[in-house]
Amino acid sequence: MASPRRLAALLAELEDQLITCMRCGFCQAVCPLYGQTGREADVARGKLALLDGLAQEMLRDAAGVQERLQRCLLCGACAAHCPSGVKVLDIFLKARALLTGYLGLSPLQKLVFRGLLSRPARFNRLLALASPWQAILARPADELLGTSCSRLVSPFGPRHFRCLAPEPLHRQTPELHTAPGASGLRVGFFVGCLIDKLYPAVGQAALKVLAHHGVGVELPALQACCGIPALSAGESLTFHRLLAHNLARFRPERFDYLLTACATCAATIRRMWPLMGRDLTAAQQAQVRALAAKTRDVSQFLVETGLVAGGLAAADGGRPLTYHDPCHLHNSLDVTSQPRQVLAASPGWRLKEMAAPDSCCGMGGSFSLHHYELSAAMGRRKLANIKASGCQTVATSCPACMLHISDMLSQAGERVAVRHVLEIYAEGLD
Amino acid sequence: MRDQALIKKFADILGVESVFTQESDLLTYSYDAAGLPGQAPWLALRPQTLEHLGRAVKVCHEEGLPLTVRGAGTNLSGGAIPRPDGVVLLTSALKRIIEINQADMYAVVEPGVVTAQLFAATLAHGLFYPPDPGSQAVSTLGGNVAENSGGLRGLKYGVTRDYVMGLSFFDSEGNLVHTGARTVKCVTGYNLAGLMVGSEGTLGVFGRIILKLIPPPAAAKAMVAVYERMQDASETVAAIIAARILPATLEFMDNFTIRTVEDYSRAGLPREAAALLLIEVDGHPAQVEEEAARVQEICRQHGARVQMAQDAAQRDKIWEARRAAIPALARLKPSIWLEDATVPRSQIPAMIAALTEIAAKCQLTIGTFGHAGDGNLHPTIVYDKRDPDQRQRVAAAVEAIFERALTLGGTLSGEHGLGLTKVRFLADEVGPATIAWSRRLKAALDPKGILNPGKAIGG
Ligand SMILES: Cc1cc2nc3c(=O)[nH]c(=O)nc-3n(C[C@H](O)[C@H](O)[C@H](O)COP(=O)(O)OP(=O)(O)OC[C@H]3O[C@@H](n4cnc5c(N)ncnc54)[C@H](O)[C@@H]3O)c2cc1C
Ligand code: SF4
Ligand code: SF4
Repeated sequence: MASPRRLAALLAELEDQLITCMRCGFCQAVCPLYGQTGREADVARGKLALLDGLAQEMLRDAAGVQERLQRCLLCGACAAHCPSGVKVLDIFLKARALLTGYLGLSPLQKLVFRGLLSRPARFNRLLALASPWQAILARPADELLGTSCSRLVSPFGPRHFRCLAPEPLHRQTPELHTAPGASGLRVGFFVGCLIDKLYPAVGQAALKVLAHHGVGVELPALQACCGIPALSAGESLTFHRLLAHNLARFRPERFDYLLTACATCAATIRRMWPLMGRDLTAAQQAQVRALAAKTRDVSQFLVETGLVAGGLAAADGGRPLTYHDPCHLHNSLDVTSQPRQVLAASPGWRLKEMAAPDSCCGMGGSFSLHHYELSAAMGRRKLANIKASGCQTVATSCPACMLHISDMLSQAGERVAVRHVLEIYAEGLD
Repeated sequence: MRDQALIKKFADILGVESVFTQESDLLTYSYDAAGLPGQAPWLALRPQTLEHLGRAVKVCHEEGLPLTVRGAGTNLSGGAIPRPDGVVLLTSALKRIIEINQADMYAVVEPGVVTAQLFAATLAHGLFYPPDPGSQAVSTLGGNVAENSGGLRGLKYGVTRDYVMGLSFFDSEGNLVHTGARTVKCVTGYNLAGLMVGSEGTLGVFGRIILKLIPPPAAAKAMVAVYERMQDASETVAAIIAARILPATLEFMDNFTIRTVEDYSRAGLPREAAALLLIEVDGHPAQVEEEAARVQEICRQHGARVQMAQDAAQRDKIWEARRAAIPALARLKPSIWLEDATVPRSQIPAMIAALTEIAAKCQLTIGTFGHAGDGNLHPTIVYDKRDPDQRQRVAAAVEAIFERALTLGGTLSGEHGLGLTKVRFLADEVGPATIAWSRRLKAALDPKGILNPGKAIGG
């Protein structure tokens, strides 16, 4: 039964965390969404006040709160700068799950999450069918960026989206089990949906780098999504199916680290899996904790293990390139210098910082699907900073950022290449 | 019916996207940073231009609607909490820096410009806007003027009041009133800006603000002085002033705050110290050298160990420790209550002693830090606001703090304003005649009583 009382009871579990927000408003300084809209319901303080309002039954409009809660990039800037240490993202994800549980999924969401995303094999087959059709539906917009825009009126609007790769990573390299080489280390490799389906070259670059450094790789077949789209929609059922699927494939005792080249997957596995795994068995919970503790971004791993010598000083000369900090590395995992060190170790390149490299690109996962205009407005600011840097190449560590930045550059007709840090580094190993 | 017609009227003037009517938007304008129970307004408006701001005020006047302006909502005394039958006017869309004039050294801004953004923009023009409230990364200049905000640099550079050269504001009827000028000297008409600064939104709604800028100091030097006795720290403050030196910042932290900051940031603060002074002198390089040496000597004479920052990194570290005070204290318990009772600087030891006594009596934890140079302390009470008993003890402690501050010749509020939380105590400080006079003034200027009713002077 849906009743405000029942919802308040559900939200009561968040109370200890909600109370820690002292309403100082400091999150206004860093929230990219608030920067665009100036609306209090868009900044963390406002959203926390709304959740508090529901929990205290001061307000009845649960759907209105859900809608505002979904207007958020989950970039974590608020949490990273909060003087009171409020665990904003934890609260938001838990609250999304509670609200979705209470209000239910839309039929389309049900289809996408429960029918597709939570069934990795079916999802892969469907996309394999879709891939050749894209050539007919889309026309290339920019060769350098690899973007397209739609030929027909499409649900993608003005977006310059990236086509599905002709051959996803799971076809190119269905699985991999190599022994440790010179490094003596062995890692699990979590591919992630965007790298698998849109940027397999990034995955290949990562594998090449690991092979070069004598790192053994355990890449299990038929991996599933990390679950962030489901989490961010508050769809706990799908999230738990995906988690269980992945847990069956990644055994922490088989590797020293669990690596991913996707900032979002890294943050999800490290920070969110342990948080959301409450309904799991004790053994599964222990496994989740072990995996989370072993999870690293690839650059972070390379620097931490000394495989890439530390230091930011690059050789003089070389082509200039600039770096964009993905929120999920910068805010959630505090990984900022490691990708830069990997770039510094890439021959032929010279890092030139753009203004505000750590400001959000505006992607925010499904946020950009639902609020494309806001997302694009943030993207254009990023674009201006990239342009002002004068670099012809922008590197980053997250395929989601790559997607959005490419879209922005392509729409503006800018000839700037968007690369993953590992692609740049891998090239230098030839 | 009237409601719908009115909403439509506002939407016709401001555009529908600037009118918020839904419960789940209005609730987010029900509070400020004071930690009081909130109160959602009937309507919130977000005018896109100054002209629209004025027209919104006019309609409020015609309809007799109470209105509360909201900048960043960081007020610490409940001044931004609206009335349930009232309107919140947001200035978040009015954030243009209209002019930075290098020749005449002033800036003209809209009220929603964020303090730190003006600071950065003036610096880029080789100029300096000194007022730096702890909330500067988000607070708006409209809010700063309405609260006469201070900051760390208050001792040497003064507070917001000292930088307001002129203002345009909408009176309660929505007419645009001008006061002051772009000139250093101006005696044309009444000094209305003097009246408007610190008026907490009860006398008019600020539009354009003209702010004085000054040349930035060429050099600065920071140091930390560590004391084993509170009294020595406070005598040092008096001795520095007696030596005719005005440090740009002269900050104080008590032992509880020191330990809390150290636990939180591991910055290497001496956990056993009774008090710290964090001092910065600035100005011409030669003068800075000389004054830093003098200040260091005075600190040592008063029994302090002194660490002088040798470079920019060490200097940053000192101020980071000070900035960590609120975050560190905030993490101890779910809620914090931040006071700003202010005493003449010679009374700081007496005030600190009183705070220790009050904390013990009310069984509360109070960490105190603040602006020793101007006697503006921030006793910070950490507690859990869900517990009615704790809430009651906090209220009792706050009352005792005010009582002591006034006995020591101080004031209820150095910089956070009276808002809703302190009006009750106003009579104790200024007496009935002052309140009566202020209310007559308010009644004459705002006969319908629509401008942020109940704040600053009560009524
Ligand atoms: C952690 C923290 C630290 C702080 N440190 C300091 C400090 O060091 N020094 C200090 O002085 N203060 C400090 N403050 C208090 C607060 O930030 C200041 O009072 C600030 O000036 C408020 O600005 P605002 O934009 O948030 O105004 P709001 O809170 O939105 O409004 C404050 C008042 O001004 C009125 N107002 C706002 N804009 C206008 C306008 N355009 N016309 C008419 N009235 C208007 C409002 O109605 C309200 O009464 C701190 C607050 C916090 C949370
Ligand atoms: S910065 Fe943190 S404590 Fe302050 S309002 Fe935002 S979430 Fe709350
Ligand atoms: S996660 Fe990002 S977008 Fe969401 S409230 Fe925090 S800062 Fe704003």
